[in-house]
Amino acid sequence: MSVLAHESEEELPAWSLPAAAGEAIRLPATWPERVTREWAFGGATGAGVRVCVLDSGIELDHPLVGPVQRSVAVTRDGDEITIADDESGDLCGHGTACAGLIRSIAPECELTSVRVLGAGYTGSAAVLLAGLEWAIEHDFQVVNMSLSTTKKQYAERLHELADAAYFKRAMLVASAHNMPVESFPWRFASVVSVGSHEDGDPFAYFYNPSPPVEFFARGLEVDVPWLGGGTLRCTGNSFATPHITGICALVLGKHPELTPFQLKSVLHLTATNVGSDG
Amino acid sequence: MSELNAAVAAGVLGAEDAYRSLLTATVEVARAIFSAKASSVLLLDDETDELVFEAVAGAGAGELIGRRFPSSTGVAGWVLVTRQPLVLDDVATDTRFSQEAAESTGFVPKGLMAAPLLVEERALGVLEVLDRPSESRFSLAEMDLLGLFANQAAVALDLLQRARRARAALEGGGELGSLARIAARIESAGEESRAATLDLLRALDRLLS
Repeated sequence: MSVLAHESEEELPAWSLPAAAGEAIRLPATWPERVTREWAFGGATGAGVRVCVLDSGIELDHPLVGPVQRSVAVTRDGDEITIADDESGDLCGHGTACAGLIRSIAPECELTSVRVLGAGYTGSAAVLLAGLEWAIEHDFQVVNMSLSTTKKQYAERLHELADAAYFKRAMLVASAHNMPVESFPWRFASVVSVGSHEDGDPFAYFYNPSPPVEFFARGLEVDVPWLGGGTLRCTGNSFATPHITGICALVLGKHPELTPFQLKSVLHLTATNVGSDG
Repeated sequence: MSELNAAVAAGVLGAEDAYRSLLTATVEVARAIFSAKASSVLLLDDETDELVFEAVAGAGAGELIGRRFPSSTGVAGWVLVTRQPLVLDDVATDTRFSQEAAESTGFVPKGLMAAPLLVEERALGVLEVLDRPSESRFSLAEMDLLGLFANQAAVALDLLQRARRARAALEGGGELGSLARIAARIESAGEESRAATLDLLRALDRLLS
């Protein structure tokens, strides 16, 4: 079953709101007059929030990462793509770094690893798409994508999946690309895109009033877990992204009802350069 | 179509060596600018899905050229597949990162900067800079500089690959080979026969369009 409406066998409803039916979908006004970090994630740990890391895998039993709920690997044989449970850990260290950063912000979130690296360069975009589709199907609330593709032939499908995720309440958090080429999915409006700033505070994040990059988070000389139980000091948007993923997990832990557009609004209202208590 | 273009270009393009020199110059400048111990360009070999050392400056320059490893393992593989540049400083000791890097480069670096080599939507390979001085604090401006070098190396690598395709077309015989030889002969022909051949080609062009 596809996560995309036009590929689904489910009948599409007529999208309209009959007279007086507005009352039936009335929602309580739970937002405060001023959204603060205290309201957004004060006291939150990310408990109960399901986070997916689309990356190179996550090293199992790394002390700075902690428990990993599930690990699957996406592999490719010719045109056939397989997604199966996998215990081989991390092929590079990068996924472990992202997972550790997410845990450092949201220590009690649930982490699942979807390994999309290792199938060779040639099939990498197809593997990435399959991994993302799997994550959306499995109802993760936040998906960390410290990666991108430049292949235009996959952009449309990726865009459809990003929109499907948005409507299924899965927040995709994607690394922006600071090189002079067009790449995806970070450019899509249905994801949260992240670039780096030079501040050392893991909770300093900035809203960018000049998109397409929407947020900046710590991405310079970040100490992260790496292979073999070790650590490395890393720089790059790849490492800024999991900070925002962690913040999203905190907010959703406290306010699980938020949709992606509401969550993005909370990120904006609590950004260091927007919220007065940042 | 690109092979046809390559075949025509084969007759007039310079030797592969010139493009390799450009690539080598790029890694030498990258090494100097970052005061690094080594810098290299790894080319993606589409046919085998491997990364191949194509140009090396500094440590390993003698023996690394031509060495290859799978395109989607390790840090270089990650950078290639995900198009994301990154910088790693090995502040701890003896992690698997060091061992992996040592196996591919022949020495144990304390740190690595890597950026994908992108031309339009294609990823051609990876630029690596190894062991910049660990006492210098890194900045995002240097990250941008790495991106600029990667861009330059990508252009050089693209030219090198075009020259190789052109040469393959020229040496391959068959109809593309003959097209390449015609282009080469026009390029070196005397004025009179060159003008006559170009007239003939123009007529052929009108006939086909």
